[in-house]
Amino acid sequence: MWTWFYRLASPPYVYRTAAALTPWFFAGAALMIGYGLVDGLAFAPPDYQQGDAFRIIYVHAPSAWLSLFAYTLMAVAGAIALIWRIKVGYAVAAAAAPIGASFTLAALVTGSLWGRPMWGTYWAWDPRLTSELILLFLYFGVISLRQAFEDPARGDRAAALLGVVGVVNVPIVHFSVTWWNSLHQGGTVMRLGKPEMPGSMLWPLLAMLAGFMFFFGAVLCMRVRGEVLSRERQSAWVREAVIS
Amino acid sequence: MKVGPFRAMRLILRRELSLSFRRPDQLLQPLMFFLIVTTLFPLALSPELSLLRDMAPGVLWVAALLSSLLSIDSLFKGDADDGTLEQLALSGHSLSVIVIAKTIAHWLVSGAALVAMSPLVATALGIPAGAFATMMFSLALGTLTLSWLGAIGAGLTVGLRRGSVLLSLIVLPLAMPLLIFGASATDRAIGGQSPAGALYFLAALCVFTSTLAPLAASVALRITLE
Repeated sequence: MWTWFYRLASPPYVYRTAAALTPWFFAGAALMIGYGLVDGLAFAPPDYQQGDAFRIIYVHAPSAWLSLFAYTLMAVAGAIALIWRIKVGYAVAAAAAPIGASFTLAALVTGSLWGRPMWGTYWAWDPRLTSELILLFLYFGVISLRQAFEDPARGDRAAALLGVVGVVNVPIVHFSVTWWNSLHQGGTVMRLGKPEMPGSMLWPLLAMLAGFMFFFGAVLCMRVRGEVLSRERQSAWVREAVIS
Repeated sequence: MKVGPFRAMRLILRRELSLSFRRPDQLLQPLMFFLIVTTLFPLALSPELSLLRDMAPGVLWVAALLSSLLSIDSLFKGDADDGTLEQLALSGHSLSVIVIAKTIAHWLVSGAALVAMSPLVATALGIPAGAFATMMFSLALGTLTLSWLGAIGAGLTVGLRRGSVLLSLIVLPLAMPLLIFGASATDRAIGGQSPAGALYFLAALCVFTSTLAPLAASVALRITLE
């Protein structure tokens, strides 16, 4: 029953599986993002308050979602690696961190571009923007901690532990930032209630979300292969895989 | 001769305290840093007490955060450099025992001293005396939580040559909730409102870190000691 789990611990198996999955993930991403972009940018009706400016949500919301998803995945992979001493977990965590940080940055940039026409300013200390910013700092901490160690194995373990500590902290940060902002200014600036969103706007958004997930999967697979190769560069199977 | 965990904790605590009191300069430096940082704000912003009073909770908390970070860097460093930490780890006691004793000692010489000095700074920043109790209580809870968070960061960076900047990069994002609740508790006390909500949150965070941070910090130490 647990054989699939044990197989995940084997670097050659993970390397080959990631290679096999990559084209499928890319195909899914192209399909979903293609449909989402065309339908979201051309056919979805403009928002009655925000006009066409709301369309940036098709990039912004999936990036924000992926930024949290990648962090969770990184922490879970790190925890698995720490607990069961499965080294591939460190490779996955190391591969996921820069992608997640990029999505966080994308969410921040698109959010501030969206804020300019809507709020009249590029940056507002909105709770969601602020907690996204803190998430970016957490990513920076994990990435720089891994790089700070001369011994990569130690850096991996330290970064995995920090990721786990951070994942406990993310809800606390989000909650406290929300509380803090409700003290300082009344009412949220942005309201785009999900149930009120009509299907013509919602379907492209869901497609974009799925497409971003596929894209994340594809890039993660490629990066995991790179990480596995560089970690296992002394082993025989890598020599065979690379030379053949 | 094997001693119980509580006795071991007391022994380490006493050792840490006597070590710090033999080096009073290191004890005073974070406090002086705290004083100097809080002096910077009136110079940079405005000497008007009415204006400063609005900023005072934030200024106090940012300065407390920075000065606590400054001293947490050396929490394990000295002992790791001369091998004491390895001897303690080999003593047969759980690493958590060592972490708890060392962190409490750190809080007593940095956090508690900072709390004791805060009324002085608060007066200079125009905080009314009526808010002192809340401010000191919130600072006490906050600096203790910060010591726990800092212990995780110090455990992770103890093996690194230039770990102190990295330590701030790791600990400051984790400490942001503290800043929010601590400053708002003080702010509300100054404004005459009840600070209970924010204080409860601070206390909850303090209990949370006091229970879980020793575990995380001892795992971190084990990673860097191996």
